[in-house]
Amino acid sequence: MNGVHDMGGMHGMGPIEYERNEPVFHAEWEGRVYAINRALGAWRKWNIDAGRHQIELLPPADYLRMSYYEKWLARNIELLVQHGLVTHREMQTGTPDADSVKAVPALTLAGVPAALARGNFRRAQAGGKQLFQAGQQVRARNMNPLGHTRLPCYARGKTGTVARCHGVFVFPDTNAHFRGEQPQPLYSARFTARELWGADASPRDSVYIDMWESYLEHI
Amino acid sequence: MQDHGHGHAHDHQVVPSDPALRTKALESLLVEKGLVDPRALDALVDAYENKIGPRNGARVVARAWVDPAFKERLLADGGAAIAELGFEGTQGEHMVVVENTPLVHNMVVCTLCSCYPWPVLGLPPVWYKSAPYRSRAVIEPRGVLREFGVEVPEDTEVRVWDSTAEIRYLVLPERPAGTEALGEEELAALVTRDSMIGVAKVAAGGAA
Repeated sequence: MNGVHDMGGMHGMGPIEYERNEPVFHAEWEGRVYAINRALGAWRKWNIDAGRHQIELLPPADYLRMSYYEKWLARNIELLVQHGLVTHREMQTGTPDADSVKAVPALTLAGVPAALARGNFRRAQAGGKQLFQAGQQVRARNMNPLGHTRLPCYARGKTGTVARCHGVFVFPDTNAHFRGEQPQPLYSARFTARELWGADASPRDSVYIDMWESYLEHI
Repeated sequence: MQDHGHGHAHDHQVVPSDPALRTKALESLLVEKGLVDPRALDALVDAYENKIGPRNGARVVARAWVDPAFKERLLADGGAAIAELGFEGTQGEHMVVVENTPLVHNMVVCTLCSCYPWPVLGLPPVWYKSAPYRSRAVIEPRGVLREFGVEVPEDTEVRVWDSTAEIRYLVLPERPAGTEALGEEELAALVTRDSMIGVAKVAAGGAA
């Protein structure tokens, strides 16, 4: 979706506000939201792409106003209800419904070290052939899907060069909507600053963007 | 504070509107329902506050500076080389390390969200996740770098890495001149988080 989250190249967002000696979390609740997010992920009711998309669905004004962990909090509340782990009523009352059966947490204290070390194993096993090779010129497709995509607006329709193939990866555009992992080759593609931004850009600079195969087309 | 629900979701907000209170209410509900283990939450917070952070990445960089064979492995297969030092896991499954040289300056951004290599750098700082950095890093990287106090010579190539997929990027900064006599641990102490994102250089005298 062409949301405000897709902000590469936008103007007017102001100067970068740098904080010296920044704490990992600015308040206790931020750490709890982070940890709750990780612990709920262990239920595997949704995936990382669906989680990202849920944040993209925030109304643009809210997206820009809310702090990072406020967005995570809103995302988790939404996903919990959508996927039936918590009911509407429970969210309103703050207490389990009378017929709620107490679960055993998917992530317990004993499971934390393994959860931290494990990762998500996102590189798919499937081999298969890749359509593009390093050094080849490609064009990022001009596409504007209503759903989740990781093809940024600023690259669409632009011509670049394949730098390398990273292997085969789960496709976020389908996975975010529970339409399957549909793994496909993922490439690093180099786009010159002048191709992306025009003649005023530096003649030397470039942006490398990770591109799933179906984001690219032959020239 | 506003009620941060949206669309059809407005009616299932946890009652308090303050995020601290809402988080507390949510956690207590989830604990009562057996959906989360509060001790697991404590352990996760502790891990990212105290164990998993940019000191990990600094050790990787220092090793690369003193051990050419390690550096070669690091640039060829970042994940495997970093795992030699014991750093792996969530949001670091597929690591690519890019080297800064006098000819090439690399910097990393995630324009679409907040992708960042957690096992080596910990959780990202607020500025990295913010609209100003995400919007500008790709269109005016040299201006952004100037804001961080880094002037990149005109004949140096700037490469911006937009983390749009599950690949996580770590910048291998240049080893500063005048550090030839330093050992690996002393070198690691000089390496800053920002230098591994690619928005700072490493100073021989340590962080500015």
